[in-house]
Amino acid sequence: MTGLLDSLPLWLWFVLALVALFVARKPVHQGILALARFFHQSLRLGANAVAGAENRLQQRNREVLLAAGREAAERHIEREFDRIESVMKKELAQYPALHRKLCEQLTAIDEDYVRSAEVPPEPTNWSKAIKAVADIPAKQDPVVGDVLETIHHSMRKAESKALEAYRESARVRHQLLRRMMPHWRSILSTLGRVNKSVDSVNRRAKVLDGHMEHYEEILRDSDRAQRMLSSSSLSQFFISAFVLAIAVGGALINFHLIARPMTEMVGGTSYIGNFKVADISALVIILVEITMGLFAMECLRITRLFPVIGALSDKLRMRMMWAAFVLLFFLATVEAGLAFMREILMQEDLAVSAQLRGEEVAAATSGVYWITTAAQMGMGFILPFALTFVAIPLENFIASARTVIGVLVGFALRLLSVVLRLAGTASLRAGGMLVRLYDILIFFPLWLESKYLSWRESAQSATAEKVQ
Amino acid sequence: MKRLTGVLCCLLLAACGEPVARNQGVYMLIDTSGTYTRELDKARQVINFTLARMNPGDTFAVASINTGSFSEKNIKAKVTFDDRPSVTNKQKRAFQQAVDRFVAETEPAAYTDITGGLLQAVEYLNEKEPGRKTILIFSDLKEEIKEGYNRDIPLQLNGFDLVALNVTKLSSDNVDPTEYLGRLEQWQSKVEQSGGSWRVVNDLERLEKILP
Repeated sequence: MTGLLDSLPLWLWFVLALVALFVARKPVHQGILALARFFHQSLRLGANAVAGAENRLQQRNREVLLAAGREAAERHIEREFDRIESVMKKELAQYPALHRKLCEQLTAIDEDYVRSAEVPPEPTNWSKAIKAVADIPAKQDPVVGDVLETIHHSMRKAESKALEAYRESARVRHQLLRRMMPHWRSILSTLGRVNKSVDSVNRRAKVLDGHMEHYEEILRDSDRAQRMLSSSSLSQFFISAFVLAIAVGGALINFHLIARPMTEMVGGTSYIGNFKVADISALVIILVEITMGLFAMECLRITRLFPVIGALSDKLRMRMMWAAFVLLFFLATVEAGLAFMREILMQEDLAVSAQLRGEEVAAATSGVYWITTAAQMGMGFILPFALTFVAIPLENFIASARTVIGVLVGFALRLLSVVLRLAGTASLRAGGMLVRLYDILIFFPLWLESKYLSWRESAQSATAEKVQ
Repeated sequence: MKRLTGVLCCLLLAACGEPVARNQGVYMLIDTSGTYTRELDKARQVINFTLARMNPGDTFAVASINTGSFSEKNIKAKVTFDDRPSVTNKQKRAFQQAVDRFVAETEPAAYTDITGGLLQAVEYLNEKEPGRKTILIFSDLKEEIKEGYNRDIPLQLNGFDLVALNVTKLSSDNVDPTEYLGRLEQWQSKVEQSGGSWRVVNDLERLEKILP
């Protein structure tokens, strides 16, 4: 090959190459442009496919989001109805008794009222007779005077008696009215209670209205509902991730509490892969505790991660809950024991280290460590129960992660589609640019060609003029 | 589901692979020749430090260097620690007591057979098959073989870390330091040619450099 290159001078090779490139110009141009068009079309096709996938994914995300939102709204509405039902049961179950009591009190008040009515005193029957005597013309007659005096005396006596009777009856009426007061108070308090219950039901009804409005919005598949649910999912995702991170911290503390004493049970030299069997055992215990917590929460219908458990009969569900709780309690007790063993091992290690350093063993072991022991045991016992509540953020995290991942993948697909479109356009433009570069490389033969063509054209026109 | 099964199978295959030894084996040779027996208290300090660094499953042995060191009788204390940390602690206490007895009862030897001790150490540690093998040589590295003993034997030190501790200077070294430096260089080349690695730690205040 080198011999072939050396057989001719370099400038001659250059000229030959220029000639070859000039001769092959048209097919090369066609080839470059065809290749550019091929890339352009392929990339556009890819971009369209990705955009289609993104659209389908968005549609799917929307469906999932709305379905999740619908389910959540249904749960909220169901809960509100449950609360209203419990309020109704609690307050309205007593309504017949309340009604009877109110009726009795009203009857009593009515009776007292009737009895307390003021009865006008009956006019005495002999007042007409007195009037007749008083109208006797012979007033100077002493007999008449005596009669009138007697009548006057009797009248005064009768008046005094009537006044006394009237006072007595007024006193009785006042007593009756006073007796009505507790009844009024009782009625007021009963009606107050009724008012409170009605207010509570009203409040619940308002909340329920809000949920129903939200639910109807979701059922209408509106964009507003989707936006609301999407933003709610994002905030739920971050909140649940934060709480889960805290739970992971708790699980790590738990792990360190029991990993060391586990070496005493399963040995400290066995490995599975790169992990100690003791560490794996400790991790498994913690994971089993979390699982039991999940089951307990599921059986209590606080979470809905396993539809199978939710579909079980109430009796079976409760039995399962108690089984999970007993297992959790047992594991928590085991953890407390392991935490105690950890403290013993630490004390022993300290003693051995002190002995190896030549210090007094008693100095290392005689301290009172019951506080740390109790604290470790308490933590070992409590942390499994605390981890039970991981189920709630975990459910939220899983539910919201679906939306968040969907949004992220949709964004990535859109980005990919744009990049593919840009790359397609760039390849088409690059083909044109390569053609121009090719022409720049062979500019001299092209210039000669253009000169020759213009000369030929002028020669042809000159010949044509001559012929004419 | 198929993917999950695949991942689980991969994990199982990884778990069932060749088990890797993660324990360590330490064999300490202590020079008991001549005046070096005065350094035995320092040796005990090193032993205690090493004991504190030992974990369940590790192997530790202490042997003396005397006239003929290629012998099991030279191993004064040996232990392979149990899986359980509580038992390991008991073994450490017992080991320490054995070392104390050895330090108290040792008589100065006339010769210094370091190579024989090394051969014994290699044999012992190879038999125990620990993941990491370390030989500590607590000596001035001045080898004196009794006539008739053949120590012109190639050492197989592949995978061994040799650490020379407390390499004291002899009075002749003070006169001619090249003798001391030459001794160190000779041992280093001997060990490295045999496939081992060589370090010298004379500062016993920094014992953490002994074991990795």
